[in-house]
Amino acid sequence: MAEAYAATLREFIAENFLFRADAEIADNQSLLDSGVMDSTGVLELIAFLEKTYGVSIADEEIVPENLDSIDNMTRYLATKLPAAA
Amino acid sequence: MRLEARLKQTAKAFGPKPAVVAGDGQMTYGELEVLSASLAATFIGTGVRSGDRIVMVLDNGWEAVVSFFACWKAGAVACPLHPTIKAEKLAAILDSTGARLVIAQGRLRATVDAAIAMAVAPPRLILVQAGTDDTGDAMGFEQALQMPAPAPLACPPADPDALALLIHTSGSTGRAKGVMLSHANVLAACQSIASYLGNSPDDTVLSVLPLSFGYGITQMVTMVLAGGTLVLEKSFAFPRKIVQRLAEVKATGFPLVPTMAALITAMKDLPPGSLPDLRYISSAAAAMPPAIGGQLQQMFPDTRLYLMYGQTECLRATYLSPDEACGRIGSVGKAIPGTDAFVIDDDGRRAAPGVVGELIVEGPHVMQGYWQDPLASALALSPIDGGRRLHTGDLFRTDAEGFLYFVSRRDDIIKTRGEKVSPQEVENALYSLPGITEAAVAGADDPIFGQVVRAYVVLAEGAVLGEREIIRHCAGLLEDYMVPKSVEFRTALPRTTTGKIRLSAEPPQTVNEGNAA
Repeated sequence: MAEAYAATLREFIAENFLFRADAEIADNQSLLDSGVMDSTGVLELIAFLEKTYGVSIADEEIVPENLDSIDNMTRYLATKLPAAA
Repeated sequence: MRLEARLKQTAKAFGPKPAVVAGDGQMTYGELEVLSASLAATFIGTGVRSGDRIVMVLDNGWEAVVSFFACWKAGAVACPLHPTIKAEKLAAILDSTGARLVIAQGRLRATVDAAIAMAVAPPRLILVQAGTDDTGDAMGFEQALQMPAPAPLACPPADPDALALLIHTSGSTGRAKGVMLSHANVLAACQSIASYLGNSPDDTVLSVLPLSFGYGITQMVTMVLAGGTLVLEKSFAFPRKIVQRLAEVKATGFPLVPTMAALITAMKDLPPGSLPDLRYISSAAAAMPPAIGGQLQQMFPDTRLYLMYGQTECLRATYLSPDEACGRIGSVGKAIPGTDAFVIDDDGRRAAPGVVGELIVEGPHVMQGYWQDPLASALALSPIDGGRRLHTGDLFRTDAEGFLYFVSRRDDIIKTRGEKVSPQEVENALYSLPGITEAAVAGADDPIFGQVVRAYVVLAEGAVLGEREIIRHCAGLLEDYMVPKSVEFRTALPRTTTGKIRLSAEPPQTVNEGNAA
C-alpha cells in the first residue's frame, strides 16, 4: 500500500510542482528545501490529500514531519488510513 | 553614515551577542563583522569596485546577511533577487545591472548557469551550499569566507548617498524596475521604523519574509541598528512550525503579511496568549482585512499590532500605532517619524478629508530613482526643496484627523500574498506560448492570498492547450508567485475602443478549492 501512496504522490508532485525545480527529487528529499513546494504548494497538497484519500488533516498535522517528503507523506498516510495499510 | 559603519558600531557594543539565528546555527555580531569583511576582501579580489552591482539569489540564511554587509563593505550595490527567478529574467537583470558577481544558492546552479551563459558580460559566481567540492568555474561560499580581511580593508568612499540596494519590483509596463536606494535612504527608513516599534537590544525578531524584498531587508537592518537578534526562517509553508519557533526563540517581534495572518488565525487550537514574549506583530505589503486583524489581536491580546503601508520606493511610508487603532478600522495611520505622507487632489493640492487622491511621500527615505529608467523615474519622483517627492500611484483618503486609508491602486498591479505581480509580465509569458492569440491577466479575490493570479486566454483555431500546460509554461518563465493559479478559456476578450483588452467589466471571481486550510 505504501508503494501505491508513493506512486500517486510522485505523480501529483511531478504534475503540479516539479516544473518549478531544476531536477528530479528523491523520496526522502525535503520538498521545501529543494524549492519544489512553497507555501501555496502546501495548501494545494493538503487539498489533494484530503480529496484523494478522504482524510481530514488537522492543523497540528500540517508539519514537515508529515508532509515535507514523499517518504514522510507515505508514512503519515499509513497512520491516517490504518485499515488500508 | 553608511550601513556597514552601523554594523561596526553594533559589533563593538554587542560583539558576543547573537546577530543572526538560522536553523540550528547562530552568528554573533563579532562574527558577522569579521566574516563580512573577509567576504568583502574576496569581492575586491575578484575585481569588484566601488559602485559595482552584486546580484544575490539566496534563501533566507546567515549567508545572505553576511553577503549584504560584505557588498556594502566593498562599496558595492546589493541586488537581491527572489530565489524562484527563472533564467531568462535573471539574464536580463545581469545585463541591465552589469553585475560583476552573482552569489547564488547551490541548488539553483542550473538556472544561474543558464542565465550567466546568456549574459553579455558573464559575471563571476559564488555558490552557497554548493553540495559538492567541485564547483567548476564557481567559488564556494566557505572558500570565499577564508580570505583573510586585509587590515584595514580598503574602505569605500564614505559616501552615504552612494547606492546600497537595487531592488527589483514589478512595474505596470511588465518589465521589472530596479529601485535605487542609497545608504542614507535605507538608514532613514530603518531608523524611523526602529523608533516607532521601539526596537532595542532586547528584541528578537523572527522573519520569514524573503531578503529580496524591502520588508525583509528592513528586518535585518533594524535589528543591526538596535543590536537585536534576527531569526531567519525560509518559508511560512508550515505555519505551526513557525508558531512553535516563535515560542522557542522567545521572539519579541514578528513581521508578517496578511496572508500569513489569515493562516495563523485559521489555527483553531492555538490558545490565546500562547506567545507571551511576543511584544509586537507588524503587517505590511498588502491591506490587512479588518476581520483578520481583529482575530489576530484576540489570539495575541498582549501583543501590539502595527498595521503599516509602504512600497519598495521608500521602504515604509506610514504606520498605525496600536494606541491610535481604536475606531480607525482600515487605516494605515500616518507618516512614519521624520517623513511626510499626504493625499493630493487632481490639481496637485493637499486633498480635503474624505477626498480620494494619490498618496504622496516625502522624506529622506525616498529612493534615488529607477535603475536606467529616467522616464519612469521622472513619473514617480519630482524635486522639492531639499529632496524628492514620491508619487506612489496608490489612491488614499484621510479622515478628519489626518489618518490615511488605502482605497486602491491606480494601475492594475495584482497583490498576491503580499507580493506585486504585473499583469503585463504574466501576459507576456502567455503570449510567448504558440497557440495563444489573446491573453489577459487579473487578480481574483481570495480570502487567504488577498488576490490570486488568473489568466484569461483565447486560443488560435485548431490549437490544443490545457490549463496545466499553460500554467507549466508560465512557471518556466516567471517567479512562483506570478504564475497563474487558474486559466479560463474564452472565445474572445472584451476590448476598449482603443483596442486594449480590458477585464474590468469581469465579475469578481471567487476562491479556488485549495484554500480550505
